[in-house]
Amino acid sequence: MKHIKLDIEADGIAVLTLDNADESMNLVSPEFISEFAEAIEMIAADDAIKGTIVTSAKPAFMAGADLKFLGAAFDKGMTVKDALAFRQAPSDMHRRMETCGKPFVAAINGLALGGGCELVLSCHYRVIVDDPKAVVGLPEVNVGLLPGSGGTQRLPRMVGVERALSMLLGGESVPPAEALARGIVDEVVPAADLLEAARRWLRGNPDPLREWDRKGYKPPEALGLLNLKLAQHFTMAGPAASAKTLHNYPAPIAIVSSVFEGIQLPFDAGLRIEGKHFARLLSGPVARNIIRTTFLNKGKADRLSRRPAGIPKSPVKTLGVLGAGMMGAGIAHVAAAGGIDVILLDATMEQAEKGKAYSASLLSRDVERKRRTQAQADAVLARISPTVDYADMAGVDLVIEAVFEDTAIKADVTARAAAVIPAATPFASNTSTLPISGLAEAFERPADFIGLHFFSPVDRMPLVEVILGKKTSEATLARALDFVGQIRKTPIVVNDSRGFYTSRVFQTFIHEGMALLQEGVAPALIENAAKQAGMPVGPLAVTDEVTIELPMRIAKQAEAEMGTAYKLPVSYDVMRRMLDEFRRPGRKGGGGFYDYPEGGRKHLWTGLKDAFPAAAEQPDVEEVKKRILYIQALETARCLEEGVLADPVDGDLGSVLGWGFPTYAGGTISLIDTVGLPEFVAECDSLAQRFGARFLPSDWLRQKAAAGSGFYS
Amino acid sequence: MREAYIYDHVRSPRGKGRADGALHEVTAVQLASQVLKAISDRSELDTTLLDDVVLGCAQPVGEQGGNIARSAVLVAGYDESVAGVQMHRFCASALEAVNTAAAHIMAGQSDAAVGGGVECMSRTYIGADSGAWSADPWVSYHSYFAPQGIGADMIATLDGYSRADVDNYALESQRRAAAAWQGKRFANAIVPIKDVIGDVLLDHDEYMRPNTTFEQLAGLKPAFTALGEKGGFDTIAQMRYPQIEAVNHVHTGGNSSGIVDGAAAVLVGNDDFGKASGLKPRARFRAFSSIGSEPTIMLTAPADVANKALKRAGMTKADIDLFEINEAFASVVLRFMRALDLDPEIVNVNGGAIAMGHPLGATGAMILGTVLDELERRDLNTALITLCAGNGLGTATIIERV
Repeated sequence: MKHIKLDIEADGIAVLTLDNADESMNLVSPEFISEFAEAIEMIAADDAIKGTIVTSAKPAFMAGADLKFLGAAFDKGMTVKDALAFRQAPSDMHRRMETCGKPFVAAINGLALGGGCELVLSCHYRVIVDDPKAVVGLPEVNVGLLPGSGGTQRLPRMVGVERALSMLLGGESVPPAEALARGIVDEVVPAADLLEAARRWLRGNPDPLREWDRKGYKPPEALGLLNLKLAQHFTMAGPAASAKTLHNYPAPIAIVSSVFEGIQLPFDAGLRIEGKHFARLLSGPVARNIIRTTFLNKGKADRLSRRPAGIPKSPVKTLGVLGAGMMGAGIAHVAAAGGIDVILLDATMEQAEKGKAYSASLLSRDVERKRRTQAQADAVLARISPTVDYADMAGVDLVIEAVFEDTAIKADVTARAAAVIPAATPFASNTSTLPISGLAEAFERPADFIGLHFFSPVDRMPLVEVILGKKTSEATLARALDFVGQIRKTPIVVNDSRGFYTSRVFQTFIHEGMALLQEGVAPALIENAAKQAGMPVGPLAVTDEVTIELPMRIAKQAEAEMGTAYKLPVSYDVMRRMLDEFRRPGRKGGGGFYDYPEGGRKHLWTGLKDAFPAAAEQPDVEEVKKRILYIQALETARCLEEGVLADPVDGDLGSVLGWGFPTYAGGTISLIDTVGLPEFVAECDSLAQRFGARFLPSDWLRQKAAAGSGFYS
Repeated sequence: MREAYIYDHVRSPRGKGRADGALHEVTAVQLASQVLKAISDRSELDTTLLDDVVLGCAQPVGEQGGNIARSAVLVAGYDESVAGVQMHRFCASALEAVNTAAAHIMAGQSDAAVGGGVECMSRTYIGADSGAWSADPWVSYHSYFAPQGIGADMIATLDGYSRADVDNYALESQRRAAAAWQGKRFANAIVPIKDVIGDVLLDHDEYMRPNTTFEQLAGLKPAFTALGEKGGFDTIAQMRYPQIEAVNHVHTGGNSSGIVDGAAAVLVGNDDFGKASGLKPRARFRAFSSIGSEPTIMLTAPADVANKALKRAGMTKADIDLFEINEAFASVVLRFMRALDLDPEIVNVNGGAIAMGHPLGATGAMILGTVLDELERRDLNTALITLCAGNGLGTATIIERV
């Protein structure tokens, strides 16, 4: 056995030590399963063995299954039947351990998650080390799956249906004391006593029979809906899953149903039910989409996979931030929190101090919520030095400019900073729309100029869009990515263009929303359709937040610079009327598409129905959802075609982390692959016919569809 | 096809469906059997002439389970040859029971039967027979299940009924019910319910609040806001009706039907039975029908099922003198009247379940009896009775005096 060690101690206690030979973490893999199954048979057959301790030689007990494998299942064409067969071996292995007639005790020396937790649950007794890092939990729901190896059957039988469902649906992991309180483990002991505690339990000659394998076992919950408390619980649980997922994520209802149906059956029948629900999830696209984008590809981006090789690491010790407004202050905050000293410059000391005060308010909130100690908060705040004096920029390792989105103003502050910063210090602009190559003209070292587009609020938004100007060097990219890594954000790398990637595609979302309004689609239908499609907020609501002036300014600026080559957005007339005719620029301006009554809930502006009368015939919500999602996907495809994006991964990650494009779709590009490119092109053609040329797929996309290739395959 | 006639009907008074309700100590089978005994005794019926007793019950579990109709037949002292079957069409169960009794007669497979229903809401509780539609998570998830109160509020939202609209309707229900009791219009139907030593426990509808004012109604808290917002049901309703910005929660305990105990019985038979029993037919069945409708709101069937029954009878709404639509919630009645463009003066003329209560499985037979008495009092001819029911069901019946 390669990944497991079996030792038999003098008093007949066997110790099975998990020790993955290939990786630093014990993972559930086919190899592991066959070895573990073999070990169980050896133990079962050896009369000298009285009982077995299962523990790990790694710092962690065991993480779950290999996400790379699970994430690839759908792409390999795994059918429901294949998936069912796939989960049979681990399920059988756990069951065999549980019923082989000899007691097994889990000595949990570190975290036990997912498949690792299911292994622990299959043991007859659980001792866990008293270490807050040794969390246990079943987080499968977070990757669009359910625990497919008995987790949905053992946990409710051990801790009760309500507690089990709360853990399974929340996907939460809990530290040892909490695990004990919830009945997931039996004993919490100091690390030094872990194996001895396990031995102690085995020496007591425990009955190696789980409760549910005893004759006459019939928990009150097996009555199903005749158990009135349970009936009430499930009456709320199904609809709660429905409302929470909006039917976009299939895992929660599969979990609820697996528990509901399984708890009423004998244990092995319950396992079969669970297996079928699991197989549906694993063979479907949603788990693939979630795993691929939010775990595998996000992980790669976080490890700076786009960083050019061969350039030495260059951590930023001191950061210069130009402009202490909302964005500048936010950038200063995350940098300081990442251990970087920050020179925060603005035109007046009052404004610069205000920027620092923003950080102070975020920190005091952290202290209040016990996320930091007061001393830690003080240390972070002390790293931010507000100033009005460009001379203070003399020693900075990186400058980020975050002043008003105006080429002239940006050029001015760029020149002033350039005059004092060290000759090798790269310069970044936090512009969200202005082409980087143009801004770089104001900087004498364009190779050292780059875009670092943060999202608001900076402390909460995980993405940084790194924009390469025409002349940006590889070394500058490497240094910018190092900085993004330092502040623990996720970078995507895009090429220069108007609006780059994220702003450009996000605009199509709000423009489409306003176009729907222009056509007479009921505003509530527009907003609900977007939310039901998985967008975090409706297009009209989010336009109110960014103000209608913003997309209008972007359009006007583009028009001024490009002239007749620029095609006005489809929503131009709606924006113009909202701004000029109704004087409703958005939330900050006292109201936009919504009214914001003081102390009350916001609601759609009552004047909307006169301003944009509803058409007699309203579209089906599915069509509105499709328009809202497809226009964003199509624009992302154009970004790939034009080379703004070099990699579909950046498109997916940027959409999910940048503006909340739904993870069930995996991002804007994965959406196309999920629909199927030929079908997507056909649907877009149909939309173009009815709603305008903006939905027309390009020849490039048609050829790609005809060639039968997807973006990832 | 033979004609099915209504020869008589009785009902219990409606007791508050709570521990302090006057009928709380009466078991469901006792309540049903007292009503059955009364309809038999007052016509000195030879119960061997009855083929069946069909009783509606919307929560047929526990003491209401196990085919309560058969137990009630025996406890009432009917001949043991009388069968007994329990019907479940949620809130329309009793009307369905009467229709079923009539249908067997019309089909020539039965001569006489009692249709009716029973529900002891003080002794069970809503959800006791939960079932797949609401409690099997897979089913409720995929059918966009929401509780009735959310559906009632959705009707108000979609149709634009304000809180004042529904409260005004509730006020009128109280006023009409009070006037009906004052005018002794239920006297012939009411069977006082007795305890085990023969003392009368209740002889009137004790749920009513005849002195209710508009201000009092307006002061009540909406009953389904928390369920809608925290339980996620508003979101589910919006998935079905994405044109709704927000659900307008207007229904309260004051403009929704009351939770009560009650039972009712309707004696149905062919002409031979009438002759053999020496009874005169009071009305005949013109048509009846049941349909399904959109299950999330689940309360919108009445207009469609009424139209279906009218069509089956070869009638139009103009041929109907009085309408009874169960007051499950005020908005249900308002939508029905709007859909059929009815004069409120011929709808629920003696009040309804908002004022007097809605014993789920018995109401259909009660309101059928109420409107028959009123046709006779006003010397009119035709009436349409309809109820919305769980999971989108609805039942309607058209009767005509003979």
